[in-house]
Amino acid sequence: MSRFSSKRGKENPEVSTASLPDIIFMLLFFFMVTTVLRDAELKVEVSTPTATEMTKLEKKSLVNYIYVGRPSKKYQSVYGTSPRMQLGDKFAVVQDIPLFLEKHRITVSEQQQSGITSSLRVDGKVTMGIVQDIKTQLRKSNQLKVNYSAKKRAEDLK
Amino acid sequence: MARKSSRDRMKNEINAGSMADIAFLLLIFFLVTTTIAEDKGILVKLPPWSEDEPDITKLKTRNVYSVLVNANNQLLVRGEEKKLKNLKDNTIEFITNPNRADDLAESPTKAIISLKNDRGTNYKTYLEVYNELRAAYNSIWEDQAQKRYSKAYDDLPIAYKKAIRGDFPLVISEAEPTAFGEE
Repeated sequence: MSRFSSKRGKENPEVSTASLPDIIFMLLFFFMVTTVLRDAELKVEVSTPTATEMTKLEKKSLVNYIYVGRPSKKYQSVYGTSPRMQLGDKFAVVQDIPLFLEKHRITVSEQQQSGITSSLRVDGKVTMGIVQDIKTQLRKSNQLKVNYSAKKRAEDLK
Repeated sequence: MARKSSRDRMKNEINAGSMADIAFLLLIFFLVTTTIAEDKGILVKLPPWSEDEPDITKLKTRNVYSVLVNANNQLLVRGEEKKLKNLKDNTIEFITNPNRADDLAESPTKAIISLKNDRGTNYKTYLEVYNELRAAYNSIWEDQAQKRYSKAYDDLPIAYKKAIRGDFPLVISEAEPTAFGEE
């Protein structure tokens, strides 16, 4: 026993670092695979309001996004400053919603189609008029599961 | 193992070669956590489309909790101007009616919340009001879960949740908004 311990004491204990890059790569790939990046570039300014009673949207593939807000600076010369809706990566009007929903629906398997949720990412400063029109159109298209996207609120209401 | 001279014993330094990799790891970690904009929000189920408006006039006035939000984002609850921060507690009182008052809901199953806004109402205000109404129900459900099963509502099995929701059904009826303040 003493023979071994005396020998070990002289050595410089080193952890092999050769596998570290591999570990990092593994993590990188893991995150790359698991994350779903937002595919659409935002053309409207959206700052969602705050709320407390929130649920998390689990299945990202079952969610379609409807953005509402004022066009951002570089689009204002063409589209003005009044609130607009964005579907996918382009500006749209309420009449485009059924087609948009249908395009998303065919990407989802039939068993899961009842779980499709529309996430409304609406700017807090927008008035309800356009939101109401969208809601009406969603009801007409029988897309009844809707999520009002919001941020977590920390402070109390005034 | 090569034999090392006695001088090697003094070299008790931490290997700095892996520092860069650790930094990389952290960098990647933070990059990843910041780009995932996780989507959270208030999940609602819209009523199916029908041409005619939901008629709340047939119901007894005491069972209807009417909440109006005008284009100036002011709140009118049962004909009185109210503050948003009191809305949750008032709603809970209306639904549960602990003192059996005769102007509040007969029973929680008959209670209906009627929400009406203007086309000029700010979306932020609308969502805050909706959030408070939801909060009222969530807090009632939580209370009931504690009282009946002494467990948090979220931890209950679905059947128990349904039982509680059946006794305190969430009914928020949204009327077609008025159009006084459209921009």
